[in-house]
Amino acid sequence: MGWQLIRGWAILVYIFMFLPVAVVVLLSFNASQFGSFPMTGLSFRWFIELANNEAILRAFRTSIILGLLTALISTTLGVLASLALVRYRVPGANAISTLLIAPILVPEVVLAVALLLFLNFLGINKSFTLLLFGHVIFTLPFVILVVQARLISIKRDVEEAAMSLGASPRQTFFQITLPLMMPAVLAGGLFAFTISFDDITGTLFWKPGGVETVPTQIFAMLRNSISPEINALGTVMIVMTVGLPLLGAAIARQISKKSGT
Amino acid sequence: MSSVTLKNIVKRFGTFTAVHQANLEIPEGDFVTLLGPSGCGKTTNLRMIAGLLDPTEGEIQIGGKRVNDIPIHKRNLGIVFQNYALFPHKTVAENVAFGLKYRDVPKSEVASRVQAALDLVQLPDVGDRYPKALSGGQQQRIALARAIVIEPDVLLLDEPLSALDANLREDMRVELKRIQSQIGVTTVFVTHDQSEALAMSDKIVVMSAGRIEQVGTPEEVYNTPASEFVANFLGASNILNGTCLGKTGSDVAVETPLFGSVPVPAGKASGLDHGPAKLVLRSEKLTLLAPGADTTGMITAPATVETVDYQGQTVRYFIRMGDTQLQAINLIDERPFPEGTEVTAAFRAKDCAALPGA
Repeated sequence: MGWQLIRGWAILVYIFMFLPVAVVVLLSFNASQFGSFPMTGLSFRWFIELANNEAILRAFRTSIILGLLTALISTTLGVLASLALVRYRVPGANAISTLLIAPILVPEVVLAVALLLFLNFLGINKSFTLLLFGHVIFTLPFVILVVQARLISIKRDVEEAAMSLGASPRQTFFQITLPLMMPAVLAGGLFAFTISFDDITGTLFWKPGGVETVPTQIFAMLRNSISPEINALGTVMIVMTVGLPLLGAAIARQISKKSGT
Repeated sequence: MSSVTLKNIVKRFGTFTAVHQANLEIPEGDFVTLLGPSGCGKTTNLRMIAGLLDPTEGEIQIGGKRVNDIPIHKRNLGIVFQNYALFPHKTVAENVAFGLKYRDVPKSEVASRVQAALDLVQLPDVGDRYPKALSGGQQQRIALARAIVIEPDVLLLDEPLSALDANLREDMRVELKRIQSQIGVTTVFVTHDQSEALAMSDKIVVMSAGRIEQVGTPEEVYNTPASEFVANFLGASNILNGTCLGKTGSDVAVETPLFGSVPVPAGKASGLDHGPAKLVLRSEKLTLLAPGADTTGMITAPATVETVDYQGQTVRYFIRMGDTQLQAINLIDERPFPEGTEVTAAFRAKDCAALPGA
């Protein structure tokens, strides 16, 4: 009896959390002129309009380029930082580690304003580069957390064995260490991409005039009217931000299954 | 194949000195064991030979050439680690072939050399598998194959048997020794297990607290320990305080309160002169007999059995003689003496060794 209640309650919680998402997805296929119930028929009309909307396409391109660059830079920096912190004796490693993780703990608005004020103080104008820089700052901790955890589990003696067999430190990294931490590197990169792709708070502060990412574009469109296009866009976003990590996790599992680690 | 020489090696970690002034000469083709308890500096020495640690002072030579400044990947060594350290993302064959990639081995020859190495460790059919599909003992054989396929100048073994369970460990011990003598490579073996050291080595280097206590053949370190530490670390010994009365013929007389004067062979009492001395009496050489038994040629004293530690084939007795407790390890004939039995403790003088007293 008690378990039945708990189960029922759990289902209610899930409905509360996911119903809005389901509604957005559902309404994106609505044929009606207005993005609300009742549905008048099933149609891909809003997706087609979406595909023809220059502003949204531009925002999409910006978001994807921004996301990919963020992922690339964050992953590279994250791997290097993790290597330094885990494999070498760096003075103040603990402090550095905390400092690198800190952007997760600081509210994003505070971080956003702080970076903006700092660059104002330096007299640097807002630009795409600055936006990218901001995204790297708050995706980096996620990459470091994931990669560091993995690197700790890779035993040092595997690398020592490779070196004893004649591989230079560089060859050892590319032959042994990197392949072994690949699942974590991919996961970190994926995190960085989705976080960057999703972000609105920091982006609103940092984006230069005229540049819109998907979230800021939606935000701007919402100010005019609730167009059904937004539902379609929402659906696309959900597919990207939920589907990509799931895909990535599946790939990572596949890789680690093969290597047996 | 090459000799290995340590010259006045000192290794400090901060203020802690892990190795004090180590001098060691390992001839070409020898199997030398660094033996000692954990923290004695044996692994530190091995890692310095490997190039995984830099000595603070002194010189390391391999094949007569100073290698202090040569990084590990240019030293041409084979290392076998305690936890195998196989590459989990590579197949067994890829693992074994790894070192050949960095040597000028023609592609056509790689496969045959990998196969030869797998044959040598008696695992010819596992090349396509991943390491995790193998048992611990098999993984360690693969690790050995990977280390010897490159024909290293020196083979370094860092407690390679200690992760295996007891039965397997003894099989692998025999196997390892067979392979080593077959290829004849100079080998440095690190262990804390005295029976491994005694069974496998040409020479044993006993270490304690960063210092080399004794270097010698297994018989030498076992029968003629150079210090109280060595006497206790290799098997159980009773160390009795006494006085050296000087040389008489080929013997040196050591007087102890419990057994009177014991004529120790001079070869096992080197450096001993009149004055304080210690008599080393191995537990295996101290026999307990029923009172009245024939003890011709033996030195005897009455004792009481205090504790009996039954071990199947042997029994370890703790016996009391006055206010001294001694240990005796005897083969069991029928059944062991029960606790409280009055017995005769007996041994032969030629089985003893003597050390200078404190």
